[in-house]
Amino acid sequence: MIDLKTNGGHDRELISFRIGSQEFCVDIMTVREIRGWTQTTVLPRSPTYVRGVVNLRGAVLPIVDLSARLGFASADPTARHVIIVAQIGHQQVGLLVDAVSDIITVNDAEVQPTPDIASELVKTFVQGILAVEGRMISLISLEHVLPPEQQEAA
Amino acid sequence: MDPMEAIKITFFQECEEQLAELEGGLLAMEAGEADSEVVNAVFRAVHSIKGGAGAFGLDDLVRFSHVFETALDEVRTGRLAPDPNTVLKVMLRAADVLADLVRAARDGGVIDEARVQQIAAELAGCGAGGGHHDETPAGAEPAIEFTPLAFAMPVLEPELPPAPATHEWIIRFQPKSELYANANEAALLLRELSQLGAMTVELDSSMLPQLDALDPEGAYLSWTITLTTERTETEIREVFEFVDGDCELSVESAEPQVVAPTPDVFDVMALIQKVQAAPEMAAAPPLAPPASPPAATAVVAPRPSPPAAAAAAAAPAEAANGQGRADAAAAAPTIRVDLERVDRLIDLVGELVINQAMLSQRVMEAGIAGASAIGMGLDELEQLSREIQDSVMAIRAQPVKSVFQRMSRLAREVAAMTGKQVRLVTDGEGTEVDKTVIERLADPLTHMIRNAIDHGLEDAAGRLAAGKPVEGTVRLSAGHRSGRIVIEISDDGAGINRTKVREIAVERGLVSPDAVLSDDETDNLIFLPGFSTASVVSDISGRGVGMDVVKRSIQSLGGRISISSRPGKGSIFVMSLPLTLAVLDGMVVSLNEQTLVVPLTAIVETLQPKSSNVYGMGGDARVIAVRDAYVPLIDVGLLLGYRTDAMPAGEGVALLIESDGGGRAALLVDAIQGQRQVVIKSLEANYRHVPGIAAATILGDGRVALILDIDSIVAVSRTGDLATEPKLAMVS
Repeated sequence: MIDLKTNGGHDRELISFRIGSQEFCVDIMTVREIRGWTQTTVLPRSPTYVRGVVNLRGAVLPIVDLSARLGFASADPTARHVIIVAQIGHQQVGLLVDAVSDIITVNDAEVQPTPDIASELVKTFVQGILAVEGRMISLISLEHVLPPEQQEAA
Repeated sequence: MDPMEAIKITFFQECEEQLAELEGGLLAMEAGEADSEVVNAVFRAVHSIKGGAGAFGLDDLVRFSHVFETALDEVRTGRLAPDPNTVLKVMLRAADVLADLVRAARDGGVIDEARVQQIAAELAGCGAGGGHHDETPAGAEPAIEFTPLAFAMPVLEPELPPAPATHEWIIRFQPKSELYANANEAALLLRELSQLGAMTVELDSSMLPQLDALDPEGAYLSWTITLTTERTETEIREVFEFVDGDCELSVESAEPQVVAPTPDVFDVMALIQKVQAAPEMAAAPPLAPPASPPAATAVVAPRPSPPAAAAAAAAPAEAANGQGRADAAAAAPTIRVDLERVDRLIDLVGELVINQAMLSQRVMEAGIAGASAIGMGLDELEQLSREIQDSVMAIRAQPVKSVFQRMSRLAREVAAMTGKQVRLVTDGEGTEVDKTVIERLADPLTHMIRNAIDHGLEDAAGRLAAGKPVEGTVRLSAGHRSGRIVIEISDDGAGINRTKVREIAVERGLVSPDAVLSDDETDNLIFLPGFSTASVVSDISGRGVGMDVVKRSIQSLGGRISISSRPGKGSIFVMSLPLTLAVLDGMVVSLNEQTLVVPLTAIVETLQPKSSNVYGMGGDARVIAVRDAYVPLIDVGLLLGYRTDAMPAGEGVALLIESDGGGRAALLVDAIQGQRQVVIKSLEANYRHVPGIAAATILGDGRVALILDIDSIVAVSRTGDLATEPKLAMVS
């Protein structure tokens, strides 16, 4: 565990994970569990980043390919891929990532604002960035991970 | 929680039950089917509400229920005739007001004080008509005199001076079958009587027929009780107060020569001797605890031994239990359980069933024979889990009575608004269905009853001209049919005006002017969105929603609705709904490596398409010939985007399905895996609604399978594509 020295402000713990060569993190309080990749049931006509649904102890859990969601290439999941089960509002969602790397404790004051980049995706998901041992880790918000509810076609 | 609050909550729950009982009883009285017990039950319902309301200081409620109770007491004692057209109409409205007052007391709503006053005055007027009560219109009188309990027994006070010393009474007590049917028990009454003094009991079983002539719910036993007590006759009669009318009862002063004046318990011995002399007489000891050995033995052999006599006494009580179940659920002991707990249980049982299926599959994969001990054990487990599932589902099942009763109030109100005379006849209220289904039935039913009265029935002049009675009849019935609940709403009105329906449909562009439609097809046009027959939008049924909304809400319950109508005779709406929303019988099919479930109720038959009977219709559209009829062939894989190219003609399996409204289509899939009962899992809980998909389930291999939404698939196949792929645009 990496413990950054704090100087006042609010401490919180984050889980960091890798997608390709990049590192991201989410608040540990939103993470319910971490599981291995299992084959999904494909949902018809869903966005490419929704890999489908799996059975999580009797509940139907949608799996979001975070790589595709963040605008990178779609993942080609293997048994070594990991699903982070996160609580978003009243829903649980599985996030497909390459690997979970660390738990880090940071102080709010250490979270730097997101550099002003045009990318809509960055603006939607990246809350801020952290510099940890020379690595850049993006702190992401999960609020908009699922596709927005569409008007029902009927 | 504050204990007082908890009691209050229970009080309001009980109020709802009392109100239901009240309304049910009044309706029975209106139909002229009421015996004295119904009248008493109605009276008790109001009385209990008043009592509880008094305890909680709900003054409005107390005041009104008192006026109501007073009027009911007049009926109960026979001083006021329950005329269906006057008295009962007022009382039914009073029941509505009472329900409003209860709800206002519970939820803190505002009540229409003027209406309460008016009904109270009318009620008081009814009572005054009996010419007995000297109170002025009681509703306007806030200071109401509370004569403790209005249980006025029509019994003369004994003319004997109050006996200072003990006195012997001979009490003859012969229960009628109604006594047992109302869940009273002779043994309890005798026990209560024994509290008054020393007594001896003689059983007369001479009325008991041979076993083959025995009515299990009949009452054949009577008792002669010799009671030595200081109490008065009135006090003795009070013991039987609650079974008044359900038994023959006589209380007489003992003649000295019948029984020795010494109040001695050992009299029993003498009685037993007497009994042994006369074999058909059995003596009960002063009070045997109510034992319940099998009723049959007791009836076949009324031996003059005390235990058998007690058994004989218990027998009719047991028979009464049977009848009680049939008559009123209230007679059976019940407990209140938080719905959440039941739901949790249902979820867990669902898991159990899935797990058990997974286990079976693993065992099979491991190559263990079905006849082995493990295989047999698994079979038993499967049976058990099915049974548990059924029983748990049964906990949630409730009679449709609760929602049916609301409809009678609605019918009264709509009738008053339209100025039509309407009688709502309900049938099959005891039919049970899952609670969630019941809850979601109320809205569509409300709408349909409104429609039936507002549009279905003619006005008085129209009915007379058609040679029908002025009072229209709307019938609401429920019943079980092949694992589903079928609800019918029929009226004896004018029926559907097909010419007009067609005109409107053409005018709104719903059908083409030259379409050839059968009568049934024309009738079913009213379910199309944007159709409303009322040329004048009335306050009652025209609220911008039409029958299409009703249809949609029925469909969302996995149900279907159809209409049949005969001109001049009336219309019948038939709804068929699943008994539960938790499980579904499905056909498991495979489609391009995906497994899907098709609801079995929608499937008419399965077909093997040959390239010779599949025809292209331009573009991708294809039809399949089914016995000289051509139905659209829907390539489900293509529609759902599971494959990009259409399946070659002649491959796969076609499921002929009937969507609601009678439209037929054939769904093309790769193969059928089998039929299975599946536990329905929500997709919306963690995701959102997916077009073409009704829900999900978990199969034996632990994987999620999607359940097709037949109607949405058929609808989409007509209009074109499913919802286009959601854009990747972010929410601002």
